[in-house]
Amino acid sequence: MSVPGHLNFYIDPARCIGCQACVQACTECDTHKGISMIHLETVDRAHSTQTIPVVCMHCDSPTCAEVCPADAIKRTPDGVVQSARKPRCIACNNCVLACPFGVPKMKVEFELMMKCDMCYDRSSIGLKPMCASVCPSQALFFGTREEIEAARPQSAPIDRFQFGNQTITTKVKMMGPRSVAGARPEHLDVTAALDPNPPGRSISLGVLNGSR
Amino acid sequence: MPSLSRETVRAGTRGIVATLLVAALIAIGSRNLAHFDAALVGYTFATLFAVFGITYRYSMWLQRPPTALYWRRGWQAFFSRDRLLTNLAAWPKRVIGVFALNNFIFRRSRPRWAAHWLIMWGCLLAAAITFPLVFGWIHFQTPADDFERYRVYVFGFPTFSFRIESMVGGLIFHGLVWASFLVIAGVMIAMRRRMRDRGAEAVQQFGEDFLPLILLFAVSITGLMLTASYTWMKGYAYDFLAIVHAACVIFTLLWLPFGKFFHIFQRPAQLGVSFYKDAGRAGEQAVCRNCEQPFASMVHVEDLIRVERELGYSYEMQGVGEDAVNHYQYICPRCRRLSMAWAQGRLWQAGRGREVTDRPGIVDVAAIMEAASAPATTTEHA
Repeated sequence: MSVPGHLNFYIDPARCIGCQACVQACTECDTHKGISMIHLETVDRAHSTQTIPVVCMHCDSPTCAEVCPADAIKRTPDGVVQSARKPRCIACNNCVLACPFGVPKMKVEFELMMKCDMCYDRSSIGLKPMCASVCPSQALFFGTREEIEAARPQSAPIDRFQFGNQTITTKVKMMGPRSVAGARPEHLDVTAALDPNPPGRSISLGVLNGSR
Repeated sequence: MPSLSRETVRAGTRGIVATLLVAALIAIGSRNLAHFDAALVGYTFATLFAVFGITYRYSMWLQRPPTALYWRRGWQAFFSRDRLLTNLAAWPKRVIGVFALNNFIFRRSRPRWAAHWLIMWGCLLAAAITFPLVFGWIHFQTPADDFERYRVYVFGFPTFSFRIESMVGGLIFHGLVWASFLVIAGVMIAMRRRMRDRGAEAVQQFGEDFLPLILLFAVSITGLMLTASYTWMKGYAYDFLAIVHAACVIFTLLWLPFGKFFHIFQRPAQLGVSFYKDAGRAGEQAVCRNCEQPFASMVHVEDLIRVERELGYSYEMQGVGEDAVNHYQYICPRCRRLSMAWAQGRLWQAGRGREVTDRPGIVDVAAIMEAASAPATTTEHA
């Protein structure tokens, strides 16, 4: 069993309404029963209603797997990075700290790293991952490229992310504008968004000014 | 002909040394093969191969940059002068909890724990009986003055004796039977889970997950058949069963370095990691350069930066100014998740030809509330 090649996972944090349906649905997944693997972050509770659902991006070259001293994290041939293998994981936390997207969770009581595996019991037979199956705003979307392009003509999927000097390509794609200054954006520069002067930063009226 | 890498040569050398060492111990322990049972020679060679394979793979594993570093750090943390006493006190508790009781597996799932615990103790018991017997390290002799007793010789040295027909005798001579019962019960529980659990079904593989269970079952059941044959069936098909049992055991031994069984040798690293984490908690903490909250030990973050560089990753960031963030590893996991939202927002701002701000989508609610409440206050006072 493997995830069919024509089906992809697309995420669009800008569409997230913070309803927590994904968090609840995630617990229903058979590969990590009862434990939600999704991170639903409130970006800045004091100043914004924005939330972001974070699922595993399933990197082509997963840093979490490379830094694992126990060699416990494996990527299946269809590009899905699986949770740590239970017999091997030694709960060192390397993967949690190394993942550029902040995805893995350390279950201290189990001495085990667990992470989003794209609901492999479902996606490997062509079904939507639980989160995507319940997301009312389709911030999490699992389907074909044609479907997403038809539904969001102004958006385009991005699967390259820049972290400092490091470029990471992923199986899961993030939706971005189809065109920036007349050209298609090739990557998302994640670290450029980090504020160089964190405390006492100036805040702009982004949403209410109608930037989205 | 492609030349072998330095890691391969080193691992191969260590494998050969370990194999020779065990071979020498067999010769010494069996008193120059005087107590070595020639019928068990197949087992011996399979074991020697397993020793080579396990040492080779373990050595290759230890040479991976993250493994090498944390192996070293685990020992350093354990033997550090200021923590050695604490570590020595904590060590027995952890060994018992983690290895003897498998408490972490118990917390994961009860059936999984029951399966693992039964299989583990069954295998340990079987190994503790089989290997010394096969190597000739243990043998039994009847004392000249008492034909009703057996004396146990370990490495050729006489130890305790027991009555052959006693309960102790029965327990000792049927040790492998008890081990088989434990293993078979554990295999049944594990196999049930693998056949019924949809989560397991999605990710399990034949070689990784089923084959070890099949091998353990085959070894145990053929072993029990041997006992049944000589105890109740006057040795019916004993020779055939002995060959089948030997084949199962030898295949399992040969499989040790390759499949799931290898976790037996990797798992003790869990202890080293626990001492490394203790030392980290007691030391300086890394503070996220974005939210300014502590999120990990500084030594862990710096070790990780080192490992990432060795692996060819380059998460270095070009910042401006003295406090500039110079490595992505100094950003906590939560801020990494948030930065995805910020980055997407910035891209949309750029896509719409608007000014790109640090925190797109972030609204100064306090300022709005203030602005909204200002006229009301004025009206009230008027």
